[in-house]
Amino acid sequence: MTTWYIESGPEADVVISSRVRLARNFENYPFPSRMNSGQELKVLEITKDAVLNCEGGKKFTFFALKTMPQIDKQALVEKHVISRELAESKRESGVIISNDEKVSIMINEEDHLRIQSLYPGMQIDNAYKLCDKIDDILESKIDYAFSQNYGYLTCCPTNLGTGIRASVMMHLPALTMTGYIRNVLEACGKLGITVRGLYGENSEASGNMFQISNQVTMGLTEDEIIANVTNIASQIVEQERNLRNRLYKSDPIRIEDKVYRSLGLFTSARIISSEESLRLLSDIRLGKDLGIINNISTEILNEIMLLIQPANLQKAAGRILNPDERDVKRAEIIRRKLGYS
Amino acid sequence: MLCQNCNKRPATVHFTQVINDNKIEMYLCEQCAREKGQFSFETPMGINDFFSSLMGLGSFGNYKRQVPSGDVCNKCGMSYEEFLKSGKFGCSNCYEIYGNRLESILKRLHGNFTHQGKIPRKNFKEISNIKEIDRLKELLEKAIKEEEYEKAAEIRDRIKSLVSQQRGDNV
Repeated sequence: MTTWYIESGPEADVVISSRVRLARNFENYPFPSRMNSGQELKVLEITKDAVLNCEGGKKFTFFALKTMPQIDKQALVEKHVISRELAESKRESGVIISNDEKVSIMINEEDHLRIQSLYPGMQIDNAYKLCDKIDDILESKIDYAFSQNYGYLTCCPTNLGTGIRASVMMHLPALTMTGYIRNVLEACGKLGITVRGLYGENSEASGNMFQISNQVTMGLTEDEIIANVTNIASQIVEQERNLRNRLYKSDPIRIEDKVYRSLGLFTSARIISSEESLRLLSDIRLGKDLGIINNISTEILNEIMLLIQPANLQKAAGRILNPDERDVKRAEIIRRKLGYS
Repeated sequence: MLCQNCNKRPATVHFTQVINDNKIEMYLCEQCAREKGQFSFETPMGINDFFSSLMGLGSFGNYKRQVPSGDVCNKCGMSYEEFLKSGKFGCSNCYEIYGNRLESILKRLHGNFTHQGKIPRKNFKEISNIKEIDRLKELLEKAIKEEEYEKAAEIRDRIKSLVSQQRGDNV
C-alpha cells in the first residue's frame, strides 16, 4: 500500500509533507480532561458511528487506543498519524484512520476531535480541503461547541476560533549548514509562525528537518491562515534552493565529498543508530536533490526515514528488539532497501 | 550504557531538549523517557507560568495580584484559578462564564478576539442574520443622518422582518 509518507509531492526537494488539523468539540459534553469514562465512551461511539456509517465510511477503520499494543501506538506516532499525547492518553480514546493513512480523526485527545490530514510535499491547500470535507460530514451529525464571537470552542485558548493548525515539514540542510537558519527562525517568530523539530513540541531538529506552523488561529479565515503558511514556506523553499546551488557551485568537490562519504557509510555500516542514520540521510537527500546521486528515488529515502524509527523498525523485523539489535537491524534494512548486501 | 535517570535499565532513548539556547542531553531508558515526556524537564518557564503572566498576574511579591475567587463554572465546576494554572478550559460553558476576562489574553495570543472563519451550517443562518441586522442598523443611522427618510423606512422594515425571523428561529 502506498501511503502519503512514501509518495513524493510538489517541491519534494525541500518539502517533505504538509499537514492540517482541526480541533473540534461536542457541545453537550465537557472537554476530555473533565469527562467521566461513560462520557468518553459515548463520544467515541458517536464519532465512530458518524464516520464509519457515512458515504465512503468503508475506507476508514476505528482503533481503540486502550487495547492497542504499545509498539503499534508508537509506530503511528512515528508516522505522524497520531499525536504523542493521544498515544500516552489514559482515557478511553481512539483514532479513525483512512486506508491510505492520509486522514486520521483522533478522539478524546485534548479536544474531543482532532481531524487531521497529511499530504506529501507542499499541499496544505489540499490537506485543508480534505479536512474541511470530513468536518462537514461530522458537523451534520454532531452538535459542535461553537460561539458567534469565539468560533469553535477548544480546551486551550491557543486553538480557539478556527481550531486550525497548518504545518509543513521541510528539509533545510543548506540553511542549517550556513547558519542562516537562525535568521529564518527569527523572521518566522515575528510573522506568527512557529518552528519545531521532526517530532513536534520541544523536539530538536534532527536530520535537518523543520516543521513550521501557524500560531494564530483566531481573527483570520482558514484560507488566510493557509495562504500565510504556504507563502512563508515557499519563501523558505526559495532561500534553501538558492543557498544549495550557491554552496554547490562555490565548492562542488567538497559537497560531493560530503554526500559520497555519507552514502558510503550509509550503505556499508553494520551497526547504525537512528540519529546517525537521520544525519546521513540528510546528506544523501541533499545529494539527490542537487543531482549528484541519480540512482536513488525520493520515495525510497522517505521509506527509509520511516523504517529506521524504533517502532517501525521492530514492526519490520517482526519482533521486539533491544537497542543493540535495533542498530544492527537498522543497518541491515538500509542496505537491503538501497540494494547493497 | 545505563539510563542516566534510574541507573538501572539500559539507556535506549537519546533525549535532547533545547531551552533558551541551553541544550540538555540525556540517555534514558524507555520508561524514564516516557515519564520525562509526560512531566517534562523542569523548564525555567512553563506554558502555565506564561499564561498567568499573559493574564497580567505576576507570580511573586508585590507583583502578585489576587485572583477574584469564588467563580466556578456551573457546568463543569472549573474555577478561574484552575484555568489560570492549567491554561485550559473544562467545557464550552467556561467560555460564557469567563469570556469577558478573555479579551486581553486572546488579543495577545491571536492579535484579535473575533472569529472570522468557518461557521457550522447549523449556526449559519442565525449568525448571518445577526451580522446582517448589525449592518442594516448602521445603514439606517446613516440614512437618517442624511435625511433620506424613504430609504430609512425601507431599511427599518427589513430589520423588522429579520428580527422576527430570528425570534422564530430561536423558539
